[in-house]
Amino acid sequence: MADLLTLGMDVGSTTSKCLILRNGEEVLASALVPAGTGTSGPSRALEEALASAGLAREDVAVLTATGYGRSTFPGADYVVSELSCHALGAHALCEEARTVIDIGGQDAKALRIGPDGKLESFLMNDKCAAGTGRFLEVMARVLEKDVSDLAEMDEQAEGIVPISSTCTVFAESEVISQLAKGVDLCSLVKGIHASVAVRTAALARRLGVVPPIAMTGGVARNAGVVHALESELGTSIRVSPLAQMAGALGAAIYGYRKGSESA
Amino acid sequence: MSAEEAKSAMIVLRELQDKIAQDAWDAKNRGEKAGWCASNFPQEITTAMGIPVVYPENMGAAVGAKGGGQRMCEHAEGLGYSSDLCSYARINLAYSDLKECQELEIPFPDFLLCCNNICNCMIKWYENIALELDIPLILIDIPHLEGESCDEDRVRYIRAQFDDCIRQLEEITGKKMDYDRLREVMEISQRSSQAWLRAVGTMENTPSPFSGFDIFNNMAVACVGRGTVEAAEAFEQLADEYEALAAEGKSSFKGEEKYRILFEGIACWANLRTTYKGLQSRGINLTATIYGPAFSFLYQNLDELMAAYAMVPNCNCFERELELRVHDGLKNKVDGAIFHMNRSCKKWSGNLYEMERQFREITGVPTMVFDGDQSDPRCFSEAQYITRVEALTEIMESGKEATRR
Repeated sequence: MADLLTLGMDVGSTTSKCLILRNGEEVLASALVPAGTGTSGPSRALEEALASAGLAREDVAVLTATGYGRSTFPGADYVVSELSCHALGAHALCEEARTVIDIGGQDAKALRIGPDGKLESFLMNDKCAAGTGRFLEVMARVLEKDVSDLAEMDEQAEGIVPISSTCTVFAESEVISQLAKGVDLCSLVKGIHASVAVRTAALARRLGVVPPIAMTGGVARNAGVVHALESELGTSIRVSPLAQMAGALGAAIYGYRKGSESA
Repeated sequence: MSAEEAKSAMIVLRELQDKIAQDAWDAKNRGEKAGWCASNFPQEITTAMGIPVVYPENMGAAVGAKGGGQRMCEHAEGLGYSSDLCSYARINLAYSDLKECQELEIPFPDFLLCCNNICNCMIKWYENIALELDIPLILIDIPHLEGESCDEDRVRYIRAQFDDCIRQLEEITGKKMDYDRLREVMEISQRSSQAWLRAVGTMENTPSPFSGFDIFNNMAVACVGRGTVEAAEAFEQLADEYEALAAEGKSSFKGEEKYRILFEGIACWANLRTTYKGLQSRGINLTATIYGPAFSFLYQNLDELMAAYAMVPNCNCFERELELRVHDGLKNKVDGAIFHMNRSCKKWSGNLYEMERQFREITGVPTMVFDGDQSDPRCFSEAQYITRVEALTEIMESGKEATRR
């Protein structure tokens, strides 16, 4: 039987992720471009992944689009919500996981998944941007740091400077006030992470936390947030090195399941 | 069959709604005293006394639906009112100040009739209007209820206010209450309420004989006109039409009814098309909503009328509210539930997260929550709404697939 190549395209609000699977299991290539929907990011991610795998677009049997810009991505065979895709992707990365926390660029989600990786229920953040990846980006900019520096700074913190505002703009003002007081930057970062963790943990508790928990999305790369969430929820959280690619991976798996059904 | 007879109940109800609005204008123009009235105020009083009243909540919904919500809300905010206040209140407060509104105008009041069984915040809204326009405010205070029955003390407390309201209205308007007419209006209101319940009760059928969003359009008459013979007849016609469709297994819902949902909360009037199309295009029909029981008041005498107004869903405890939703959802065989976090409504949004959690756990039905507002479009994000609807649809489909296997 010929190999079934499927491609998952996760068009996010701030990044574009593409992943190619062979027979629903083997990752042939992946690409992440830090530009999301409405930019050249999605097509660049697609080209990079195909080039990396040495494939042409026609070699891919099924292309599934997900993420914020899923509906506008051209040529998709299937369009699936990022919630279902993160559920499938998280299941592939951590088979035992029953709860998934996904923090992306502009929203935070708590998912309950079944033993087969199917989405069973979910909750998302309310209209406020606090607790999302965008919130961390805004805070990093105020601190004149890159968002990728935050985890290391958190690790070096000797204390914690609490940030209480739930509004992103108010929290930004609060951080600026703390900077003016000359507080330790690393402790301030720890406080920012704790504020994200408190909001996300409340979301997860409302859904009902069933362990083990896996975390996906770009913010999962930030160990400071992960540790703050573990502390808040009182349990460990599993994070795969491919956590940020979970949506694209889930989309590729979805395509594989659909492709197998019709084969 | 004449053209008049051929009119569908939907058209009859729409025309009746227009007629009720025009009647209020005509009465006001004749020099009669007119009032602004809360939606769950005992309409039997004003209908029986022949006193014209209009409903600011309905105006807020209509202005929102016609695209004027944001402009009016922003005007109220410019007057100093917080954007956290109810958008119906802000639209009405803006109208009171501007004295004009391009989307819809209602006659200005000589008095206000407030009843807090639908919302306690409304008292402050009406107090402000009374102050701004220097007109009397008559309040019927209905105590919060815990459970399924209304005790005698509450009935006496409400009855005393009911009687006092009549006395005050007689003084203000110069019209006398005719108690035979009141009994007649009560009987007509029973006909309307029974027919309304019969109509919304047909949603139990699969497929439901109509698109559940129609309830949002028809409830204006259920709210304001149920004491009139025309309304009773229109609702009886509506119920007959729905029952006939159900008997034939037909539906006015456009497309195949693949999934059935409970919709919790007030409609997003300013985003009605988006919220409706987002569901209808995926074969999702609304088959359960609290608007059924919310605008039907069943009673046999005056004391029971008092109790009926005390037992409206918004005046009851969380447990009873939850029970009504669970009962409705299960009876009408919903596959999912959508909870509208209505930023305007403190009463409804205050316990919404817990309502969603317990509903989900008790029924085992998948749910989604989305942010919005009844008439302020600034609180709604189409992309956020659609993402959640898609995920909910995928879960519902997955459940159906499992059942098919």
